Amino acid sequence: MRIFRDTGHLFRLAGLFAVGTLSFFVIRAFLVPRSFGEYGHYRGAAISEIAAHPIRFAGHQTCETCHTDVAQTKNAGKHAQVNCEACHGPLAKHADDPSIDPGKPDTAVLCVRCHAASAAKPKGVPQVDADQHANGLPCQTCHQPHNPAIAAGGAK
Amino acid sequence: MPGVEGFMYPNEVSLYWSVLIVLYPFITGLVAGAFILASLARIFRVEAVKPTYRLALLTALAFLIVAPLPLQLHLGHPERSYEMYMTPHRTSAMAMFGFVYLWYLMAVLVVEIWLDFRADIVALSQSTIGWRRWMYLAMTLGSANVSPRALAIDERVGWLVTLIGVPSAFLLHGYVGFIFGSIKANPWWSSPLMPVVFIFSAMVSGIALVMLLYMAATRLRRQPIDMLCVDTIARCLFYIFIIDFSLEMLDLIHRVYEADESFRSLDFMVHTRLYFSQIVLQIYIGTLTPILLLALTQVIRLGATARKRIYAVAGSLALVGIFAMRWNVVIGGQLFSKSFLGYTTYKMALVTREGLLVSIGLTLLPLLILAVLVKILPPWPEAEHASIPEAVAAP
Ligand code: HEC
Ligand code: HEC
Ligand code: HEC
Ligand code: HEC
Repeated sequence: MRIFRDTGHLFRLAGLFAVGTLSFFVIRAFLVPRSFGEYGHYRGAAISEIAAHPIRFAGHQTCETCHTDVAQTKNAGKHAQVNCEACHGPLAKHADDPSIDPGKPDTAVLCVRCHAASAAKPKGVPQVDADQHANGLPCQTCHQPHNPAIAAGGAK
Repeated sequence: MPGVEGFMYPNEVSLYWSVLIVLYPFITGLVAGAFILASLARIFRVEAVKPTYRLALLTALAFLIVAPLPLQLHLGHPERSYEMYMTPHRTSAMAMFGFVYLWYLMAVLVVEIWLDFRADIVALSQSTIGWRRWMYLAMTLGSANVSPRALAIDERVGWLVTLIGVPSAFLLHGYVGFIFGSIKANPWWSSPLMPVVFIFSAMVSGIALVMLLYMAATRLRRQPIDMLCVDTIARCLFYIFIIDFSLEMLDLIHRVYEADESFRSLDFMVHTRLYFSQIVLQIYIGTLTPILLLALTQVIRLGATARKRIYAVAGSLALVGIFAMRWNVVIGGQLFSKSFLGYTTYKMALVTREGLLVSIGLTLLPLLILAVLVKILPPWPEAEHASIPEAVAAP
């Protein structure tokens, strides 16, 4: 019995640890979402939640069904591979209901997003120093956004 | 783009791991190093370093409490970090670190400190009044048994905990090295030597820190510095420093001789952007100078004052050098592009969440915590002698 008397404090410490470990598992049972691990190392319910998000991008095929003229112009130029909504932003609402006016992108901020000169960009992307190149003029004064080659003529 | 030259992939232009991620291995290393110094006294029975034993333990605890804070501040959603414990992913090195950390904090450090200070805690719970009494009473866990037999058992259990603690300290800091060393996409980090280098540099910084703290604290308390103790620590520091430096040089020679496809890029970086922090600060000022200074104390006989001054300078330089080493690993590893053609720069912010002021605060915080811990649990030898007879006298 003496051995227990002199190790009593160690048992108290062990008990404290046991309580701590136990409460970890209890807390964990409450905090881990129910559907965790259903399919993999994530919350299973997240899939249906994300699937329920409203669709924001319509896709270029949808745009082209109505705006055939723009599609034709664009496919003739270097922006053929650039998607409508890469410039116009998500427009699923407009595609569903054309009376919603999407407005026109501001070329002063839009074009430099892809064309501003940067060392980090592959050489294949045409790059300009916007200040020097455009001299303060909006890009579409000289470039037609849907077919930007100078030969294709400025906008309108 | 300012500060960028050559060809960088777009996601490499800015650095994501800031100065806070430099602090994280630095602080963790201090913990591991301080603990290993403490274990010298206990496991290897180096009696001379005994006066620093308790101080080293409290230092380790103070720094360990702060160690995860830089990571928390770096996170975009710190409030989600607990999920690492709830649903850890086995393939995530960082998630596993959470458990290594917890193991070290709870199973090793807190237990060892508790066992070692138990007699003092019991004595203090009897000699104090008010809220402090309640605090000490809670810390006794309701057992006032400090009979010689109970203390002898504590001593043995504590020895066992330290025995587990030494590999745990290696694991803790080796793991930090592993987190970097295992990133195979980064040639500056990816090296199996990384954990080993981290452990030895941790020992250097931790031992230097405890030595400095011991000298400073003893001075503040107007007590004589135990020269045998500091001499032993300094000798230890000297040997471990040499091993650490050799390992780093081994890594370097290996890289130079192997000269794989990343070599030209890394070599350029070391000669330009990392020149000051790597060559000047880390190698010349932070490693060679302290090693030479310590060697001086080993070969020529110097007076106590001269030795103390040399130790103080060498210890501080060692801390600077180890910090520079962490900086070169963490920041250096992000300055070059995986294309090996481009380089970027790191500009430290001042008052942002990951800026200079926060990191200075995080470096001072452990010292503040240590000051509080020292108030609660005085680690000084006089306190030890004063409290134990009194405690034993109480039935
Ligand atoms: C159901 C047919 C339809 C679809 C699909 C459609 N639009 Fe439209 N869009 C219209 C109509 C009709 C107008 C208004 C008439 C106009 O000004 O030419 C319009 C106007 C616009 C305008 C504004 C023109 C202006 O002068 O202000 C833009 C920009 C536009 N659409 C872009 C898009 C994009 C991008 C898509 C694909 C996401 C798209 N549209 C899909 C029918 C459609
Ligand atoms: C490179 C970016 C870019 C792409 C890609 C692009 N647009 Fe445009 N679009 C513009 C800009 C900029 C304007 C506004 C021009 C202006 O202000 O005159 C515009 C204007 C329009 C207009 C208004 C009428 C007009 O011709 O000025 C319509 C409609 C339109 N775009 C539809 C489309 C559709 C449909 C597609 C995909 C087939 C598309 N756009 C792809 C940049 C782009
Ligand atoms: C989403 C990115 C993106 C945006 C926004 C964008 N472009 Fe482009 N642009 C490209 C890419 C990619 C190419 C090169 C395509 C190729 O070479 O196949 C290109 C090519 C060009 C060219 C070279 C054409 C040629 O014939 O050599 C011009 C000029 C140009 N863009 C102007 C503009 C202007 C003006 C705007 C703004 C209305 C704009 N771009 C917006 C991606 C973009
Ligand atoms: C004053 C007329 C003018 C304006 C405004 C203008 N450009 Fe141009 N841009 C040109 C001409 C002309 C060329 C073709 C000359 C050449 O190939 O160097 C050209 C060529 C380009 C090219 C292709 C460069 C290459 O290396 O192939 C890009 C990209 C471009 N412009 C982007 C822009 C952007 C973005 C803006 C708006 C910030 C803009 N431009 C405004 C006249 C203009």
